[in-house]
Amino acid sequence: MNAGWRWLTDGSHWTGADGVWTRLGEHLWYTLLALVIAAVIALPIGALIGHTGKGTALVTGLANALRAIPTFGLLILLALYGLTNLRGEFALLGPTIVVLVILAIPPILSNTYAGIAAVDPAVRDAAKGMGMTGRGALFRVELPLALPLILSGLRSAFLQVVATATIAAFVSLGGFGRYVVDGLAQQDYAKVVGGAVLVALLAIIGDRLIALVGHFVVSPGLTGRRVSGRATTADLVVPAESDKPQDSEAAVLRTVDAGGKH
Amino acid sequence: MRWDWLDRNSDQIISWFLSHVWLAAVPTVLGLLLALPLGAVAHKYRWSYSVLITVAGLLYTVPSLALFVMLPGLLGTRILDPINVVVALTLYTLALLVRVVADGLDSVDPLVVQSAKAMGYKTLPMLIRVQLPLAIPVIGAGLRVAAVSNVSLVSVAALLGVPQLGQLFTVGFQLDFFTPIITGLVLCLVIAAIFDMLILLAIRLSTPWIRATRSSKPVSEPTAADADQKSADAKAVTA
Repeated sequence: MNAGWRWLTDGSHWTGADGVWTRLGEHLWYTLLALVIAAVIALPIGALIGHTGKGTALVTGLANALRAIPTFGLLILLALYGLTNLRGEFALLGPTIVVLVILAIPPILSNTYAGIAAVDPAVRDAAKGMGMTGRGALFRVELPLALPLILSGLRSAFLQVVATATIAAFVSLGGFGRYVVDGLAQQDYAKVVGGAVLVALLAIIGDRLIALVGHFVVSPGLTGRRVSGRATTADLVVPAESDKPQDSEAAVLRTVDAGGKH
Repeated sequence: MRWDWLDRNSDQIISWFLSHVWLAAVPTVLGLLLALPLGAVAHKYRWSYSVLITVAGLLYTVPSLALFVMLPGLLGTRILDPINVVVALTLYTLALLVRVVADGLDSVDPLVVQSAKAMGYKTLPMLIRVQLPLAIPVIGAGLRVAAVSNVSLVSVAALLGVPQLGQLFTVGFQLDFFTPIITGLVLCLVIAAIFDMLILLAIRLSTPWIRATRSSKPVSEPTAADADQKSADAKAVTA
């Protein structure tokens, strides 16, 4: 662990083509590219399924089936396919991004769907009563109400993608995984641990940042933050006794489902 | 598919298959055993709930490859030791299940708890003989998720050279050869399916009352919103 620390605090490891800043840039590039593509695909579909209630079984089935596929194997399968059948830089980047997008879609899709499907029917009726069209209700009522869940889906997706982008170094892509993979090959344990710490930090900081964004964009009425007066995090944390989930199996499955781990 | 290659390497593949099963199953069981008491504590004391869920959430955030390679430094093990994989996956399983066990115990009807108390149950016997059995459907659902993702995570350890099915992926990549990769994928899916079925079977056998009530009265619609909202709240703790 100390060796890893010394590696990280050595300034020469931070600059140049193999420096930490370059690798951070690569890691973030893969991650954001995959997240944006996945969100563009999954958000509208999830919103549509939640709004209309059609295709629910498809979403849950898909999310469960995808979790069982070992990501590492899928990555290598597609990378090998890319190397044999595609040309240039895209040969490796393309397949890797495809794998990352495949990973990121289920949490975003199922949380968007779940968030919108969970909107209180009375609220839906009220929106209709106020003269909103289906589309108006979706954008002005249902989506804002579903926002906390949608963001938590994005967080799960982000974590999976960051972790898997690390593994992508094995198929000779850049990013923080390079340090781990190269360090292992060179038996340079300090480098391995340095890379691992960087990946862990990136995952944790990114996760906190998305949570922070949620703190600001979610309506205060939803988070329980007081609109006026001082809001403390304690208000967010301690749920009232009545907040305890009464029904359970499906609820927990849903919460856990958002996760998945890589 | 080159079946002759599979045939020639069948001994190696079987040994990798068995260690894969072992490396995924042991952490699932250990994680559950550790999560039960911790989840019970989180259920009983509200303050510990936020603390435990926060720590668990943070732990779960660390990517698997990073944890695999950081553990030798922390535990004093060698980097190739399968024990690192077992510890890492046990931690993930524990992190996932603490919350599930606590929420499962929360989901037990307070009237049932009162009745058990009135019948003279003390805290621990009530926990073991009344609350835990009633929480099985919830805990089981979480356990299925943990078991299946453990099978997938084990294969990442192939990057370190720990022998298991993930080696088929690295071998396939190095040889530029699809047969081992597809074999590895299929065998991983088989293990995941077997784990899932075993857990489902265990849940069914240990909750006979669910089938009894399901046929006679309609199951109420799940209200996932509460739990989801609470998960968002709990996560906000560390924000």
